[in-house]
Amino acid sequence: MILDIILYPDERLKQNSLPVESFDDEFQTFIDDLEETRLAGPGAVGIAAIQVGRAQRVAIVDVSNMRKPVENHGHLILVNPEITAWDDYEIGREGCLSVPDFTGNVIRATTITLKSQDRYGEYHEYKMTGFEARAVQHEIDHLDGKLFLDRVVSRSTDLFKRKNYKK
Amino acid sequence: MKKWYMLTLIGRDKSGIVAKVTQTLYQHNCNLGEASMLRLGGNFTIMLMVETSRSSEELYTFIFPFAKKNNFQLHVDPIEGRLHRHKESEVHISVHGADRAGIVAQVTTSLMKAGLNILNLRSDVAGTEDAPIYIMTFSGQAEKGVEALESAVSELLKDNIEIQLQTEDTLFG
Repeated sequence: MILDIILYPDERLKQNSLPVESFDDEFQTFIDDLEETRLAGPGAVGIAAIQVGRAQRVAIVDVSNMRKPVENHGHLILVNPEITAWDDYEIGREGCLSVPDFTGNVIRATTITLKSQDRYGEYHEYKMTGFEARAVQHEIDHLDGKLFLDRVVSRSTDLFKRKNYKK
Repeated sequence: MKKWYMLTLIGRDKSGIVAKVTQTLYQHNCNLGEASMLRLGGNFTIMLMVETSRSSEELYTFIFPFAKKNNFQLHVDPIEGRLHRHKESEVHISVHGADRAGIVAQVTTSLMKAGLNILNLRSDVAGTEDAPIYIMTFSGQAEKGVEALESAVSELLKDNIEIQLQTEDTLFG
């Protein structure tokens, strides 16, 4: 079932989500609905439970289908995720299902170490970099009541990655 | 019925301009849409989308006393205004080098032919009076594909123009 996306400035997007304690059938159904909702949106690589009004520490991230392929760990359901290490930082452009018609440039860690449970409660650890690390940081921000709007450093014409073309 | 106008104000830089203008518009029940303010060559330039049920002449008279007092140029033009219509840039380009005549025209013309629709552009002259340099950054959509723009960029590089092109991967989550 596709769920309704909560839009900024809905106050619920500002709350801290609570840890997941039960991995029961109801929770499994919710995860399926959350994924269906993500896929129904315009090319979202991630979604957090609070974006459909459920204040629980659950998010989905999947950057395995990018136009330009990026390093990834496939389709991830993150339950009670926690970033335990950060390294380096870069600017990149973000938008949000909960903030239609606006994108902006945000600084994120380039590399992270992530500890998370999966939908069945099993623990995993990932080392992530680049776009996938950015997506995870964007979603964990949601779980902590933050939006990318809180972190926008600039809007439009900046050039952020130093990619040099050889003459 | 409410209509959209573009209000343009140009003059010598001075603190408090934005506060004063927006306060005046608010007092006359005008809504603000999108706006930009830039400082160009020591002048401030403001463009404000203003929505009001009043005529463009009336809107002009709201701001005119303030503009006259400070010697600002003021324009009010009716526009086909719409909000919630942002377009996403697919490519970001930066160009820089020693200032020389025609460089902006050369770069933008060659990229336009390769399908670039510019959505944002900022061009600055920096350095010193004896040795000026230009820096231009712009972004837009690649209407003939990114590859077409990349080959135009390679051609410009052969002409000794320092240019970088970067494609945009916007994250939605």
